Amino acid sequence: MKNLLEVKNLKVYYYIREGVVKAVDQVSFSIKKGETVGLVGESGSGKSTLGLSILKLVPSPGRIAGGELFFDGKDLAKLDNKQMRKLRGRWISMVFQDPMTSLNPLMRVGDHLTETIKAHEKVTHKQAEEKALSLLDNVGISSERFRDYPHQFSGGMRQRVGIALAIALNPNLVIADEFTSSLDVIVQSQILNLMKKLKKSHNVGMILISHDISLVSEIADKIALMYAGQIFEFAETNAFFEEHLHPYSEGLLSSVPNIKLSDQNLSYIPGMPPDLIHPLKGCRFYPRCSYATKICREKEPPLAEIKTGHLVKCFRYD
Amino acid sequence: MVLVEVVDLKKYFPVQKSFLERIFTKELEYVQAVNKISFKVEKGEIFALAGESGCGKTTTGRLVTRLIEPTEGKIFVKGREITFLQGESLRKLRKNVQIIFQNPYASLNPRMKIGNSVGHPLEIHEIATAEEKKRVVLEILARVGLEPAEKFYDVHPCELSGGQRQRAAIARAMVLNPEFVVADEPISMIDVSLRAKILELMLKLKEERDLTYLFITHDLAVAKYISDWIAIMYLGDIVEMGKKEEIFSNSQHPYTKALLSAIPVPEPRTRREHVKLEGEVPSSINPPPGCRFHTRCRYVKSICQENEPELKDIGNGHLTACHLF
Amino acid sequence: MIASKYSVSRLIASKLKGLSPTRGAEYFAIIGFLIISSIILMAILAPLIAPYNPIKKTGELLESPNHKFILGTDGLGRDILSRIIYGARIAICVTFLAISFSLSCGVLLGLLSGYIGGKLDSIFSLVMDAVYSFPGLILAIVLAAMLGPGIVNTAIAIAVIYTPTYFRIVRGLVLSLKESLFVEAARAIGAKDRTILFRYISPNVLSSVPIVLSLNAADAVLTLAALSFLGLGLPAPTPDWGFDLKAGHAYLASRIWWPSTFPGLMIVLLTLGFSLFGEGISEMLNPELGR
Repeated sequence: MKNLLEVKNLKVYYYIREGVVKAVDQVSFSIKKGETVGLVGESGSGKSTLGLSILKLVPSPGRIAGGELFFDGKDLAKLDNKQMRKLRGRWISMVFQDPMTSLNPLMRVGDHLTETIKAHEKVTHKQAEEKALSLLDNVGISSERFRDYPHQFSGGMRQRVGIALAIALNPNLVIADEFTSSLDVIVQSQILNLMKKLKKSHNVGMILISHDISLVSEIADKIALMYAGQIFEFAETNAFFEEHLHPYSEGLLSSVPNIKLSDQNLSYIPGMPPDLIHPLKGCRFYPRCSYATKICREKEPPLAEIKTGHLVKCFRYD
Repeated sequence: MVLVEVVDLKKYFPVQKSFLERIFTKELEYVQAVNKISFKVEKGEIFALAGESGCGKTTTGRLVTRLIEPTEGKIFVKGREITFLQGESLRKLRKNVQIIFQNPYASLNPRMKIGNSVGHPLEIHEIATAEEKKRVVLEILARVGLEPAEKFYDVHPCELSGGQRQRAAIARAMVLNPEFVVADEPISMIDVSLRAKILELMLKLKEERDLTYLFITHDLAVAKYISDWIAIMYLGDIVEMGKKEEIFSNSQHPYTKALLSAIPVPEPRTRREHVKLEGEVPSSINPPPGCRFHTRCRYVKSICQENEPELKDIGNGHLTACHLF
Repeated sequence: MIASKYSVSRLIASKLKGLSPTRGAEYFAIIGFLIISSIILMAILAPLIAPYNPIKKTGELLESPNHKFILGTDGLGRDILSRIIYGARIAICVTFLAISFSLSCGVLLGLLSGYIGGKLDSIFSLVMDAVYSFPGLILAIVLAAMLGPGIVNTAIAIAVIYTPTYFRIVRGLVLSLKESLFVEAARAIGAKDRTILFRYISPNVLSSVPIVLSLNAADAVLTLAALSFLGLGLPAPTPDWGFDLKAGHAYLASRIWWPSTFPGLMIVLLTLGFSLFGEGISEMLNPELGR
């Protein structure tokens, strides 16, 4: 099956006065149609930048500095802004973290949906409205709220609207950047259930960007763990949690409190977050790794396929 | 020994109305942030106050540290009532009751060097001379892991990472040797892999200084890890309270059960019993009558819509506020 | 008005050798600084560098620029170059006095008003808004006329029109900082209001002031010149650029350009110096990202 999205050696850098921030530095991965990939990382890992770069929405002073982005066989790097606009919303859409700022406060929610549909599809206003109503119903918002403004919705409801907008035109790929971070636990699980339902009904490919690995594990088929602008482990979710081959994965998982365990031995990863302006010559996780050896300081390990479908960037498995 | 006690504590914030609204609506509306809660914190304990946003836990933390005054109710520290302290006596209270804030990027004065920020409490309370102050601050900076202390003494907060800033904030809270420290979501803005480091520091300090913590959090997994005693809050009320082990293994209140089952677990293979809870937390300006949770409760009865349930002891110090009991 | 100045300066800056706006801004700031410091230096060293006594008749009337009087002489036979050099003293002196008055008053009142709030704040804000809404130059003229001539009086007249600017900026910042977390943290450790205001809030407010300072100074130079032009600033025979500009005005019709042109140029130069410096610093500290 042809890959829906193929990212090859992608580099996204921010050019600031202090230097060049290598936010995404040679990242390669692919997604098949209907697959959900959880892109997990802590702050500064590059996951948000990676998500934005797929839609070519990286804000200045950042830009794509190298590599290739193939969506459905098309090289996105070659497309200009006008062509990208046709793609956005219709083929690839995005759900943002803060539903308050991503919705136009002066536009009624129903109108927002209707206009979005009309802009991309050849339908009458009535047809677009009907579709908008059914979308809202799909995400659990009653039709009475069609004519309400965003500020009249609670956070969870607004996020549902954001999701409705994202799937309105039946895109092939949805990128969700920390889409539950601003929500409480119970609402978060409601939204997660909604996403699971939509994933089944629409067979849409998803990239879920999050710092919360437990959350992502509930819905993702595969997990990509990012650190210092690179992917350090990429595997199917079950395999990731059972094997967690990379020392960073191991460290991260043992620093996440698990409510099912009593007497958990919660640990942390020693050291400091990496410097993205002056990345290390060798393995970027080296200073914080308890398994580090001499070669880790000298050379950068390749992201290698250790088992089928399980990639790890570590010399322990070379 | 009971170190801190809160009795029937209430905090209602008047709602700011626009000019026109004030003309057309006569009644004042209130955000009923904290709605008559009572609890006791024993010396040496870590008491977790947990709940979702809007439940009143942060306001409770501010009330107990007297950063704000309650609308009704009483607060006791070491048996002495502190509810309406003002001026000098309030300032003296600060020596014994301190707070660590959630946001390490905003809780330190950006224009003050770390050494001065951390040492400022000593100046205010005139506890030490200038040399002594420096010595004490260097000691405590080292103690919280900001080493070499001399270097961290002279830097500004902007030169530190989030985790380092939080440790400086902890140092500032500890410098007066308080007995009671309120920690308001101290790790929620720290990177995941570094959170345990802060928790470890807090636990170590607790051992060394015989501290008592009121640990406010929305993350129940963290609450389970660190607390001895836990109270679950919903819309200004305490709905369940008890020993940590009791609450997590034997929760009784429908809200607690729903909350615990909604928490993601880093174990994809476990099929969890999702207690489906519909809807969202209602507004605290017009909370539902009777039991505030009744609008979302699957066990709702007619009495729930009329009477507010009281906290009842159902054995072992396990209290719950629910008409099912 | 300031908004349009920004876009023009950015435009010019980016055209300057195709530099990024931030780089252009650095050049602005440096040039501005050089201009201001040279004029200040000129003022300080006036007795040493001025060739003649500025208030005495040392040459023929209205001599055109020659090797003896480099910039020529004015209508009373006084060396224009010397008058300009000494004029710098007046310009710098009055400007700095005015700015210091308005700064200290505006900032202090802004701090107190913003922090204390309530009725005090309402009253002060009302007064400041009233002064602010008055056309600046008119107010300065009225005050100068009321107070009479003299360096200090003129400085006060000018200071009054700029005080509300500082007041508003500082008060606005104080209002927002009052609610910030580190201020709450200061209360949590027991700090008194006085301490909070001066050690926690002020340092974070004052950093925004210097930018306004320079731009205000530019405006003050022009206001002083205007007052002097109208005869309200300083008494004759004080060497003052605005006064000389006015005095030389009468001879322009007869093609005698030097008595008014040189003082006029100096006014423009000093104003430009302050403007460039202020805008440059502002742009550097808040870099606007070029597209």
